[in-house]
Amino acid sequence: MSSKAKRKLKLGVFKFASCDGCQLSLLDLEDDLLSLADAVEIAFFPEASSKMKKGPYDIGLVEGSITTPHDAKRIQQIRRQCKMLVTIGACATAGGIQALRNWHNLNQWVGQVYAKPKFIHILSTSTPIAEHVPVDVELRGCPINKHQLLELLAAVAVERKPNIPTYSVCMECKRRGNVCIAVAQGVPCLGPATQAGCGAICPAYGRGCYGCFGPMESSSPKILAVHLLAQGNATEAVQRSFRTFNAWSEPFREMSEGKGTE
Amino acid sequence: MQPEISSRPEQLPKGAEVRMDVPALELLIEALRERGYRVVGPVLRDGAIAYGPVNKVGDLPAGWTSEQNPASYRLKRRPDNALFGYATGPKSMKDFLHVSEIRTFAAEKTDGLFWILPASEPPPRYAFLGVRGCDIAAMLVQDRVLIGGQAADPFYEARRRNCLIIAVHCTEPASTCFCVSMGTGPRARNFDLALTEFADSDLHEFLVEIGSEAGAEILERIPVTIASTEMTSRSRALTDRAGQAMTRHLDKDRAVSLLRENFDSPQWDRVAERCLACGNCTMVCPTCFCVTFEDSTDISGQRAERWRKWDSCYSLAFSYIHGGSVRSSTKSRYRQWLTHKLSSWVDQFGSSGCVGCGRCITWCPVGIDLTEEVAAIEKANSAARKEDS
Ligand code: SF4
Ligand code: SF4
Ligand code: SF4
Repeated sequence: MSSKAKRKLKLGVFKFASCDGCQLSLLDLEDDLLSLADAVEIAFFPEASSKMKKGPYDIGLVEGSITTPHDAKRIQQIRRQCKMLVTIGACATAGGIQALRNWHNLNQWVGQVYAKPKFIHILSTSTPIAEHVPVDVELRGCPINKHQLLELLAAVAVERKPNIPTYSVCMECKRRGNVCIAVAQGVPCLGPATQAGCGAICPAYGRGCYGCFGPMESSSPKILAVHLLAQGNATEAVQRSFRTFNAWSEPFREMSEGKGTE
Repeated sequence: MQPEISSRPEQLPKGAEVRMDVPALELLIEALRERGYRVVGPVLRDGAIAYGPVNKVGDLPAGWTSEQNPASYRLKRRPDNALFGYATGPKSMKDFLHVSEIRTFAAEKTDGLFWILPASEPPPRYAFLGVRGCDIAAMLVQDRVLIGGQAADPFYEARRRNCLIIAVHCTEPASTCFCVSMGTGPRARNFDLALTEFADSDLHEFLVEIGSEAGAEILERIPVTIASTEMTSRSRALTDRAGQAMTRHLDKDRAVSLLRENFDSPQWDRVAERCLACGNCTMVCPTCFCVTFEDSTDISGQRAERWRKWDSCYSLAFSYIHGGSVRSSTKSRYRQWLTHKLSSWVDQFGSSGCVGCGRCITWCPVGIDLTEEVAAIEKANSAARKEDS
């Protein structure tokens, strides 16, 4: 075996504005944690261990969006220390649910919520990591799919291409053998505009896809929205369905603003 | 009075037609199971009548039918207790013979040696109960692609070789069906056994046509009687009526040249404004055979697997070659799908790639209807001709 294959990947996990759910997917890999530890050295993961090694890192997993001036600087430093930068989850790849602030006057809210607003130093928007630094790989979802994370790490470990599809949730839904709930039950489902990767969990349990993996390749939410309206769904409900975890990512952003469905 | 069971020969000849009642159908399912078949037939599931495991008559969707329209499928009660009174559903035999995901290969490295692991389990033997003329025709289309030839697929062939087909002639097509146009139904062909169900009278019974030795063999110990000519002609009348009731049409021979000559039709832009490129039409189509192969390794780097998965000409990766995707626009992807299905398929495999089952119409989440698209291309074509002259 070559020494190259033996060297462990040095991994850093970095958190920005987020709920920690995606980072925890790493710990959630229970069955594979031992073999993971053989292949990967978790050098920096404050959520899991107080031992923190300095960079550079082979892979940096970045969770969360950029919401403060301090974080906007920090991500630049992290980028410089990571050979490969991977955003994990809807916050890091799209700005997250906290990007709802992007449509509102933040100062007014801060004044209402905090006793001493002058101590709060935040940006008026929540933005994805890719708006600040180049990103090598995106893992979508709220939260990410732990199997996709493992697939990515396994691929990087042997220097192969990871299998991260960018087509629709419908493809996974059909392969899984689900009966389409949109067609058979009239349940509004964002699957035909949303990127695969979750394994079509929601439709498998009778719930329409919420779009938590964000827009698929050549996503056409407008076509879907027009159809949902024609089926009798309320305009507001259709627009709002695109304003969730990935509200700030085009083309969901436009749809949530009602463009094309007025 | 019914003739005695013993009054018929032990083994009925191919081509014979017999009468069977519901208790005998139960025995038939039992006989199939005893012979090691996994019986697959219509079952109620998640708001649809879909093919799934059938262990007894009670599993069949008695008294249910479906109402189908573009982008809509709804279960409906029937006035009778028919077991097979529905049209095609969300699944086809493809789901069982050309399975959506299968591991084709696995290997492990131990002590510096590379081991190929044996295939997981022997392929199941399926008996398909209740499949339709269009379903069988679609299977034969897949046979031409996946057995022998360039794209031979041993996993498909292994499942296909072993299976037994008990068709049910369609007597009530859905609004989305157009098998008559494609010459595949409503009367099934190429079956081992074919049933016509009569559920309207007090006598719930079936006409059974014997299409093969295997079909005759399975009937050996089932109490059936020779069918009357009246029953045979009633069966023909039912399928004739079903054929006449079909509302959708497509000129399959015309489509071959029409699509070949209309690569630049303005209709492709119009359909691209409605198509999501979601791939549902290809997933539900019983003839669409495209697959991708995904190689993966586990985190230890000591184990590798190769998986075959249904792919779709609607995905970007499908036409990815060095430098990018050849079909980057939705327009080019829809055009590829329709043109292949109805035109270049004929050049490639000697038959149309469409059997008229209507699944792509019902299960397209926005209800794009290929028969309407073909009609619109024809219309644009004649408009352009007029302008030219
Ligand atoms: S249930 Fe949703 S994700 Fe599944 S096929 Fe239907 S539209 Fe697509
Ligand atoms: S193209 Fe549509 S109608 Fe034709 S066989 Fe495929 S799913 Fe059925
Ligand atoms: S025709 Fe319908 S099912 Fe097919 S890709 Fe377009 S929107 Fe999806």
